Amino acid sequence: MQIPAPFDYARARSVDEAIALLEEHGEEARLVAGGHSLLPMMKLGLATPEMLIDINDLTDLTRIRVDGDVLRIGAMARHADLLSSAVVGEQYRMLHEAERVIADPVVRNRGTVGGSLCHADPAEDLSAALGALRAECVVRGSGGERVVPLRELVTGPYETVLQPAEILTEVRIPIRPGAGSAYLKVERRAGDWAVASAGAVVWLDGETISEVGIGLAAVGAPHSVAAATEDAVRGRQADDETIDLAGEGAAAECRPTTDQRGPADYKRALTGELTRRALRTAIARCRGQEA
Amino acid sequence: MQVQMTVNDQPVTREIEPRLLLVHFLRDELGLTGTHWGCDTSNCGVCVVSMDGVPVKSCTVLAAMADGRTVRTVEGLERDGELDPVQQGFMNEHGLQCGFCTPGMMITARALLDESPDPTPAEIREAISGQLCRCTGYENIVRAIRWAATHPRPAAAETSEAVSS
Amino acid sequence: MTATEAREEATVGFGRRIRKEDARFLRGRGLYIDDVKLPGMLYGAVLRSPHAHARIVSIDTSAAEAHPKVKAVITGALLDSLKLAWIPSLSHDVVAVLATDKVRFQGQEVAFVVAEDRYAARDALALIDVDYDVLPAVVDATKALDPDTPVIRDDIDGKTDNHIFDWEAGDAAATDAAFEQAEVVVTQDVLYPRVHPAPLETCGAVADMDKVTGKLTIWCNTQAPHAHRTLYAIVAGLPEQKIRVISPDIGGGFGNKVGIYPGYVLAVVGSIVTGKPVKWVEDRAENLMSTSFARDYHMRGEIAATRDGRILGVRVNVLADHGAFNNTAQPTKFPAGFFHVFTGSYDYPAAHCTVKGVYTNKAPGGVAYACSFRVTEAVYLVERIVDCLADELDMDPAELRMKNLLRPEQFPYLSPTGWEYDSGDYPKTLRTAMDLAGYPELRAEQAEKRARGELMGIGVSFFTETVGAGPRKHMDILGLGMADGAEVRIHPTGKAVVRLSVQTQGQGHETTFAQIVSEVTGIPSDDIEVVHGDTDNTPFGLGTYGSRSTPVSGAAVAVAARRVVDKAKIIAGAMLEASPDDLEWNRGTFSIKGDPAVAKTIQEVALAAHGPLELPEGVEGHLDAQCVYDPPNLTYPYGAYIAVVDVDAGTGVVKVRRFIAVDDCGPRINPMIVEGQIHGGLADGIGMALMEVIAFDEDGNCLGGSFMDYQLPTALECPSWELGETVTPSPHHPLGAKGVGESATVGSPAAVVNAVMDALKPFGVRHVDMPLTSAQVWRAMHGRPFRTDLAITD
Repeated sequence: MQIPAPFDYARARSVDEAIALLEEHGEEARLVAGGHSLLPMMKLGLATPEMLIDINDLTDLTRIRVDGDVLRIGAMARHADLLSSAVVGEQYRMLHEAERVIADPVVRNRGTVGGSLCHADPAEDLSAALGALRAECVVRGSGGERVVPLRELVTGPYETVLQPAEILTEVRIPIRPGAGSAYLKVERRAGDWAVASAGAVVWLDGETISEVGIGLAAVGAPHSVAAATEDAVRGRQADDETIDLAGEGAAAECRPTTDQRGPADYKRALTGELTRRALRTAIARCRGQEA
Repeated sequence: MQVQMTVNDQPVTREIEPRLLLVHFLRDELGLTGTHWGCDTSNCGVCVVSMDGVPVKSCTVLAAMADGRTVRTVEGLERDGELDPVQQGFMNEHGLQCGFCTPGMMITARALLDESPDPTPAEIREAISGQLCRCTGYENIVRAIRWAATHPRPAAAETSEAVSS
Repeated sequence: MTATEAREEATVGFGRRIRKEDARFLRGRGLYIDDVKLPGMLYGAVLRSPHAHARIVSIDTSAAEAHPKVKAVITGALLDSLKLAWIPSLSHDVVAVLATDKVRFQGQEVAFVVAEDRYAARDALALIDVDYDVLPAVVDATKALDPDTPVIRDDIDGKTDNHIFDWEAGDAAATDAAFEQAEVVVTQDVLYPRVHPAPLETCGAVADMDKVTGKLTIWCNTQAPHAHRTLYAIVAGLPEQKIRVISPDIGGGFGNKVGIYPGYVLAVVGSIVTGKPVKWVEDRAENLMSTSFARDYHMRGEIAATRDGRILGVRVNVLADHGAFNNTAQPTKFPAGFFHVFTGSYDYPAAHCTVKGVYTNKAPGGVAYACSFRVTEAVYLVERIVDCLADELDMDPAELRMKNLLRPEQFPYLSPTGWEYDSGDYPKTLRTAMDLAGYPELRAEQAEKRARGELMGIGVSFFTETVGAGPRKHMDILGLGMADGAEVRIHPTGKAVVRLSVQTQGQGHETTFAQIVSEVTGIPSDDIEVVHGDTDNTPFGLGTYGSRSTPVSGAAVAVAARRVVDKAKIIAGAMLEASPDDLEWNRGTFSIKGDPAVAKTIQEVALAAHGPLELPEGVEGHLDAQCVYDPPNLTYPYGAYIAVVDVDAGTGVVKVRRFIAVDDCGPRINPMIVEGQIHGGLADGIGMALMEVIAFDEDGNCLGGSFMDYQLPTALECPSWELGETVTPSPHHPLGAKGVGESATVGSPAAVVNAVMDALKPFGVRHVDMPLTSAQVWRAMHGRPFRTDLAITD
């Protein structure tokens, strides 16, 4: 098996200690949470940090709870925790549907919400689902805390707005009752990255779509959402014509690249198809029509 | 650096390099070669062990990250020489051929049954979907786990020692 | 009592038995190659070329040599001085152990480091500096023979192109005549893409050269330990009696672990140079990028028929991509293996094939992954073009097959390309599969769904295998005949040991061979020990691959066991003071005819054979026998498979809903093990049909070098297999058994592909190349499928 280059290791026992360690060791230090994105890259020589700061002891960052009209998910919550959380499933079904297709059950025991978001793989599913939900990221550094909309977190492949000595501590999802949501993914086999994924969340006011979020993974959609399509769909009737419009919009907005998962024209068409299906299901669930 | 952990109910302490992977620690340092490795990208799952009660891919965990934790490997599935129902199920239902994926499959099976004692075949397939097998076509692995579900270990008598999981 | 525990049967040994080998695997006590630890052992690692085609300008190993934990660094220059830089391949070519002049595929071995531990060995690789002069790579096999294509094998004197061989079989004139007369001719290009056996355990060896005794011990997870020993003796000039090859537990072979890889030779050299044991075990990238791949056959198939569906002839032209060196493991006389069994399971008089082998800048190999020596390619081709014919004639594919299948009275059947099929009742097997599947109901459901625009497909595959190589006069690998030996010895206390030349990788030899001896001698299976894998303790043979263990070694064991019983009868006669002709044999006991109370068990005979009993003239003491079995013919297991798929019209995703498999491999020694073998092979079919491929980009970069890129099916992609059986014994095998290890891998890909093509009929799609990923299916529906052997482009 391939193995990482040598590095130093420290364990943080608190968020402040993690920040202090990051500041002390500078750009050559990386946080490691679940490690299932970072360690594989290190084994292949694609990442060579000189210091790893293990934050798996930061158990106060693992909580998942509803706090007023916010669903708060600690950055150290494992994917498995999200998947098994009744609270999460009650609020937004799409999060369960997304978690179910992220990696595989064993990897989900280790991978964390914060780790996935901050690693910022372009095919990462949770960013798309949380982006659709307009989540916010709480980021802490030595200067204090700031809140970054998830839609502004990722600036490019494997790049975020996080400064070298900052740590994502929590994700906050606004709760608005009456939502319907769905997440769909096409992959070559179970556990693979997406060929394309689409997630939709919708609120209805009568027959009108009062609010909508559309997340897209693995197809180069900026910030993993179809913002222009959301704007086009908002305020329209929740009917077939709107659903088709959403599909066309998502297909036009994404920027897929051709690779061994498929050619760009297929990915584009697939994005449109999955968006249509996700929105259709989200609307049906909103109306209480679909299990 | 030094690491201390509990492996198969035994405390162990060793000096290691931070980059030492848990799978190599178990195999090369502790001589527990029942856990295997088979890929470079955390896909195959032949390295699965139980850490703090939960299956993990030990090729993607540093031994340093297991410091202070409890690890169980295939060697720790049996109790006092008696096979776990999962092991018995794999034997009875021909759930293994070359045996290379088997330790990892059994660890995941044990964890699944501990949480969900009567899983459907579909639930079993999902639980093992992160682990590959090239020999069995999975059918008999599913049957083996179903066998274990329908033949659980009899409840321990009150006077027996409790065994930590 | 559980369902799979031993049960009372008419036979003594045959039947579902729990495997003896399971206990150690279940308790984590298997001994696989990376578990082998010898005192003072060092670790080796191979530096590999990042380029597919490049001249080596210089190699600077000084920094690696200076690493405090490094004990040796070996390059091609050192090997050259030992005349070991090149070794003979399995196909009368040569293979580089370490590149000297040029690298010829991405991943080729360039240098070898030996260090104190595995981490240091890998660290040291990064310290070796190689200066390459990159050359254009030859990647597209269909262009390998174009003028002005770079010559890959300029190491061969006078070589001016990338051509390897031309081969043909059948009767070209008769076939041409058949085609001229035919009412219908269908032509189809069919690619069987490059795939890889990918056992979960990678290849490896521990070499231990003892300078004092001169003995070289090589632990290696090889499927063919004896062949390796002989080859090391021939290639390295070491005396063969001083070489011991030990094959421990193997974590899957599938043909990946047959040949001698450069890493093994390097471990031997490393041990000689350092005086310590040296372990080399490859990682997954090395396994996928450099060890024996499988298939890569570009085939053009043509089928001639009457308008009412009688096949008249089949013609195939194959372009075979062998990679950078010709290193395919098959009998010498057959450079395309057994491909000429492509005539399949049908009755028609005329067939012809040509096979042209070419070099490309890719890893060498081609014969692996349960191919039975290219039978996978042959079956895929014929089953695809028969379906294409069905499509052309608008005929049900099962009906077309039934119309043309060989009939039982035609066996033994001599095929148009010279194979003598031993036995079979093909129509019965196909009918059994159709009944199990509920074929008419499936077609009715399909019609209903089609009317609603839903894509459901039903695919049939009927295959005839040819396995159990083989008769010595026809079959040798590098001059070593493919006969296998077995020894059966009964101990004084009536227990037995059987020593085999074949080597298990999960097939359950320790159980099934004990069952064979039990069946023949009446000794309980639990009293029989099976020894295999160590060349010091076992008879010579060519190893396990091509499903040959049961047909060849199983026969050898049965014959040896019979010889033991024959001798025991004579001794029993001496004990009972009766003529052996007056004795009856019943499940382990000899008794006087008509007086069953007067009897001796074989255990009693064994003790007497070791004691002072006076034996008849010419009969020696002890109770053992051996056999070197030269099979008179190959065996022909066969089967009928039916796959049911649902294709999502909007996304192209294929789901295999059901898979029905009816196999006929003759009598089943252990049905539980047979079924397990079939289950595993069926999963291979789903993998190859839907997701597995090793493709290359135009620079020769391997795009399948990890399990993230080389996709294998999980439990979620596989349905619950539905198995049936028919039993047609082989007339020439002592037990009638035919072997089954590769049948399912051979027969299943066509069933899945046929099913998907069937589902796509409304789109007018006749054939699309594997793997049928959702992308490929969607593109096919839109009339633009893509080549799967090369990188996907817009």
